[in-house]
This record gives sequence, C-alpha cells and structure tokens, in this order.
Amino acid sequence: MSKNLISGAEAVIKSLIEEGVDLIYGYPGGAIMPVYDELYKYQKEINHVLTRHEQGATHAAQGYARVSGKVGVVTATSGPGATNLVTGIADAQIDSTPMVCITGQVASHLLGSDAFQETDIIGISTPVTKWNYQVTKASEIPDVISKAFYIARSGRPGPVLIDITKDAQFELMHFKYKKCSSVKSYKPEPDISFDEIKKAADLINKSKKPLVVWGQGVILGNAEEELKDFIEKSGIPSVWTILGLSALPTNHHLNMGMVGMHGNYGPNILTNECDLLIAIGMRFDDRVTGNLDNYAKQAKIIHMEIDPAEVNKNVDVDIALLGNVKKTIPILTKHIFKKTHEAWISKFKLFDKIEHEKVINEDLFPTKDGLTMGEVVKIINEETNGDAVIVTDVGQHQMVACRYARFNKSKSNITSGGLGTMGFALPAALGAKMGAPNREVVAIIGDGGYQMTIQELGTIYQTGAAVKIVVLNNDYLGMVRQWQQLFFDKRYASTEMINPDFVKIAEGYYIDAKKVDKRSDLKKAVNEMINSKKPYFLEVCVEKEANVFPMIPSGASVSDVRLE
Amino acid sequence: MEKDKELFTVSIYTENNIGLLNRISAIFLKRHVNIESLTSSQSEIDDIYRFVILVNVSEIKIKRIIKQIEKQIEVIAAFYHTDKETIFLETALYKVKSKSLFEKKDIQKIIKNSQANIVTVSPEYFVIEKTGWRRETEALYNSLEPYGLLQFVRSGRISVTKEPMNISQILKTDKIK
Repeated sequence: MSKNLISGAEAVIKSLIEEGVDLIYGYPGGAIMPVYDELYKYQKEINHVLTRHEQGATHAAQGYARVSGKVGVVTATSGPGATNLVTGIADAQIDSTPMVCITGQVASHLLGSDAFQETDIIGISTPVTKWNYQVTKASEIPDVISKAFYIARSGRPGPVLIDITKDAQFELMHFKYKKCSSVKSYKPEPDISFDEIKKAADLINKSKKPLVVWGQGVILGNAEEELKDFIEKSGIPSVWTILGLSALPTNHHLNMGMVGMHGNYGPNILTNECDLLIAIGMRFDDRVTGNLDNYAKQAKIIHMEIDPAEVNKNVDVDIALLGNVKKTIPILTKHIFKKTHEAWISKFKLFDKIEHEKVINEDLFPTKDGLTMGEVVKIINEETNGDAVIVTDVGQHQMVACRYARFNKSKSNITSGGLGTMGFALPAALGAKMGAPNREVVAIIGDGGYQMTIQELGTIYQTGAAVKIVVLNNDYLGMVRQWQQLFFDKRYASTEMINPDFVKIAEGYYIDAKKVDKRSDLKKAVNEMINSKKPYFLEVCVEKEANVFPMIPSGASVSDVRLE
Repeated sequence: MEKDKELFTVSIYTENNIGLLNRISAIFLKRHVNIESLTSSQSEIDDIYRFVILVNVSEIKIKRIIKQIEKQIEVIAAFYHTDKETIFLETALYKVKSKSLFEKKDIQKIIKNSQANIVTVSPEYFVIEKTGWRRETEALYNSLEPYGLLQFVRSGRISVTKEPMNISQILKTDKIK
C-alpha cells in the first residue's frame, strides 16, 4: 500500500517535472524544507538556483520567462520569504510575465495563530496575482500545480502563487498527474469577431495616414512574423511601446521608433496627426499616451487585444478586435489592400532628422568631454552586432538603452516596464542568460538600481552564467534628478549617491571587472567584456547631470514632446 | 473629479473559493470605490455562488470594474444594473423593549401600518422584521427610534434582475468575454 504513496513535497517536484520545469529560482527556509529535501533528490531533473534574496529569484524567473517564453518558477519559504516575492510578482503581473511561485506555509493547524514565520501571503498577493491558492491537503497538489501552470501561461500571461502548508508537504498521497487544459470559469482567449475584423480592414484600406503602435502582446503571442507581414502589406509606419521593443528588427524600413515619455520625436508628434491608430497588443499606458484628453483625438482607433478588460480602459476605441494577435493579425492582413504610404512616412523621416540634429547626434557622437550613456549603448551595439539580449533596470539608462539599442531578434529586450522596478536588471539578466545560454546577455544598469540587488553578483558567480554587466554610473538617481532639475528648481533632494568601489565589489565576488572614465578607453573595454567567456563587470563613469530627451512632461500631450 | 455617480447593483456569479471575496473587494479597493453593501449566497445553479454588491459610482467606472471582475479566474460572469432594471429588497430587524409594546399604544399602530412582522416576543424584548426598500426600513427605524431601540440591523441588498441572466448558457458555452 505505502509503495504507491509519495509525500506532498515529492508531488510538488513530480508535478513541476510533468510541466517541463528544469530550472527553479529560490531560497529555502523552514516551511518549505520538505520541498527542498525533494529537490535534493531530484537535482538531476531540476536545477535549483539559490539567489541571494527572494526578490532576486522572482526577477531571475522573469528574465528567464521573457527570453524563453516559458513559465518562470520560484520557490520560497513562508513569512519573509513569501513577502520578499511581492515586488517581483507585482512586476510580473503588470508586465504579463508567466510565473509560478510556490511558497511554504506554516502547518494548517497553526494558520491564523501568528506562528513563527506565518504571513497571510494569499491575502497579500491577491491584488498582484492572476490567481493564487492555498493548499492544505497533499492530494490537491497535482491538480493545483497543473492549474497554476495553465493559468500562468494561457491567455494574457501572469503570475500565480501557490501556498502549501508544511503538513501538506509531509502528508502522503497517491500521485497521478493530468495536465490542465481548461478551467470552467476561465476563458483565456476571447472569441474572434470576423465582422469586426472586416470593418477594421475597411478603415485601414480607406486610411490616408495610418499608424501602427504595437506592444508586448505581439511578443507574448509569438506574432512577430504576422506583424511583419501585416505592416509590409499595408505599408503602415509602425512604432512600439517599451515592452514591444525587439518584436520587429530595428532596421526594418517601417520601424519608426518608440512612443511614449522618452520615445522618438516623430512617433509621438504624429500620433496626434494620424487618421487611424492601430494598437496591437498594447494597453495605452499613461507613459505611452501622455494626457489622454489630447491623445490621438483626431484618429479612429482600432485596438487588437487579448484582454477584454483593457479595451476602453484608458482610450475609447472605435473597433476592438478581441483575441490573440497571432490569430487576428493574419485575418486582418488577408482583408487589406497592398499599399505604400510614402508621403506619410516622409514626415517621420523629417522629424527623425530634427531629432538627430537636436538630440541623437550629440548622444551618440558627443562633442563634449563627458561620456554619454548613448555612446556606451552604441558601442555595445557595434560589439554585439545587435544580436545581444539587452536587460535594463529603471531610469535614465533604461530610456537611453531602449532608444538606442539595436535588435535583430525578438525577445531580446528585457526590462521592467509597467512597475518600474529598480533592482530588476541584475537578477533578470541572470535569468535571461540561463534561458538563452547561447546568446550574449548584456545588463545595462544605473548605479542606483544596481545597488538594490547587487548581492545577486553572488548568484551569478555561483552559477557561472556569463552575464555582461554594464553600470552607467553618474553618481545620481539620474531620472529623479532630471525631474528635480526640470520641475523642482534643481532641488536635488536625496538623489546624489556616494558610491562604493564597484570594481572591488565585483572582484570580491570573483567577477572580472573594469572601470572606464575616458572615451578613448571605452571601445576596447566593451570589446574585452563581450569577448570574455565569463561573467564580466564594466563600470562606465558617465556625465553626471545629463538629461534624457525627447521628453513628454508628465500631464502634457504627446504632441508637446520636448527636445530640450 | 468623478461625475454622474449612480447607484448600481453588481451581480457576480462565481465558483466557490476561499479568498474570492478578498479578490473581488480588492478590485473596488484599488479604485478607491466604497462598497455600500454586499451579500453572497448560493445561486439558482448548484455550486455556483452569487454576490450582490451595491456601489455608488459613475457608469464609466462600473463598466471597467465589471471587466476587471470578470477577468478573475473563478468568476463566471458579472453584470451591473440600475435600480430600474432590478427588483430588490433589504431586510431589517429591530429589537425593542417589551415594556414599550404594552405601555405605548402607538407602537402597535406603527407596526401594523408599516406592514412589519413581529418575529419573536419575550418578557424583556420583542423583535420586528421589515423587508422592503431602504426608505421603508428607514421610515420604520425613524418611527421606532423614539421608543428606544435595543438593537438594529439591516441586511445588504438582495436583488434579481427583470431581464433573464443566462448563466447556465454561459456555463455551457464556456465563459463569454
């Protein structure tokens, strides 16, 4: 009889294996120890990476998920282990990243007794998870884990948290696994309306000045080719949100650049000049739209979106094409005429010329002494031929990197978009490297965010993942300082940082490290870093008080984008 | 900021799950919307539960909230209705000292006129039940208050819609939208 019985903890591991999991990021502790004991036995099947903080585990799982398209998996203990996951879970929720977090919980008879390391993680994580569930019986484990993976990866992906009491981990049960393929009350993809698609095609065919704005939905739906076919047939100039970056190669002739607060000049201004805006897998975030009262009011709007709750949330649209863009784009493409929009596209080129003269040339080919963030990104482009995965943190360096990094392949831009989580990049880069071991992964991080998760250098060293880390150091929390300069009369409240010797810290973790503060040394240093087969740290001391432009000031219209 | 606030009855059909109430109320909390009343009970379908939530918001806002609620995994469908579109009631209980029933003649007239029921009578107290609209339970409250209310409680709104709700249909064809 007992021959067929296994513990709940073993059932967790067997369920993960059934889901194809071979990599977990996590941190052990009292309430999750039975699961770790099983991980020890199953270490041939599952590689557990011990991060130095649970938040690092979530970001690593996110980096892994974003680069590979698979579900990132995290394990942590109860109490502080669980609460340390919350930032990463919230980040994954707002950026639609598939992730399953498994937390230990105190034994079920202790629930609600304020036992040691008890915290109500179900209550805490509810608003930031796609689904969560507390398991108190071992027999529930296979079904719940299978449901968790199904929910995390289907439809609009997102994070799921499963909290398992310690007694359920010890309890014996009969293991039988059945992959979840539907949940009664959950419809991952809404029905496609062919009539609406035809109406949309009509609008597109009639439009003189159409504009495509695509977002991460294209990448999450693996619809890059479908997007390309659509815009090539329609000849429509196309622009992207920060999370849509890399879905279409940078050098594609219809790729006109980024929209939003620090997006490109033409895409922002012409948003308010197009007669038709086709939003594909994006959600009209306020950093994209600026002031909604003045956003594309002249245009008809078509919204292609998998999540019905995003339709008419921020912007009222004329036609909503619900469904997975992988399926809806090709139907739309079939119904549109082959066209070109040369006169309309020449406007983008004109604004691009202005942006080059006023901003880009000086960023990439500076005439002043101080190093610019832009020239560092340009050299990284040159040294990696645009084939690298670029992982960024949050702030000025992020905006500069997303503006200037060049991409040939999709799933190559990993950044914290919606939540804006400082500290994201270093662990996310580790996850990205493990999810795409044959690709060059370059983390570009500011000196502020770097120090929020700097301890993950230890994880990078221990795994040996050859992550290339570039810290653009201006000794400031640069983006906040920029706002203080522009909107708070240069009152630099708590934004200046007296930084440690970053090279010594990296070397303390046995990671090769170098610091550059002269333009003449930069190219060689980046080249050396890229050619290294090991993790590598490069600090570049950049101009201290440089600003990122163009910029749409908070509350202003997209057409009020400033160049200085 | 928010114009055109109106009273809406939100009906949510769900599967039973610990924590779902938390998940639904968090959606209102995140948008800084106060819940006026909330009841939850079994619905007309086995194992399907129905929440009835009363909120005072603009129609634009409630539309968006409904979509966020429908997005939750265990929610089968959610609707919002105006008062005109529903038949709704609340129940109130009033606990009064028995002495006043015998000493103050008016009180018997109040109970009779308000079509309230006496649920129980003991030597110390008696309990009156009144089911109806808010203004009716409130009127009875105002009439009884001078006699000294030992306890008063009013339920959340319960309501059914005039139009049919095709939950069984939705369950058959999977979740719509």
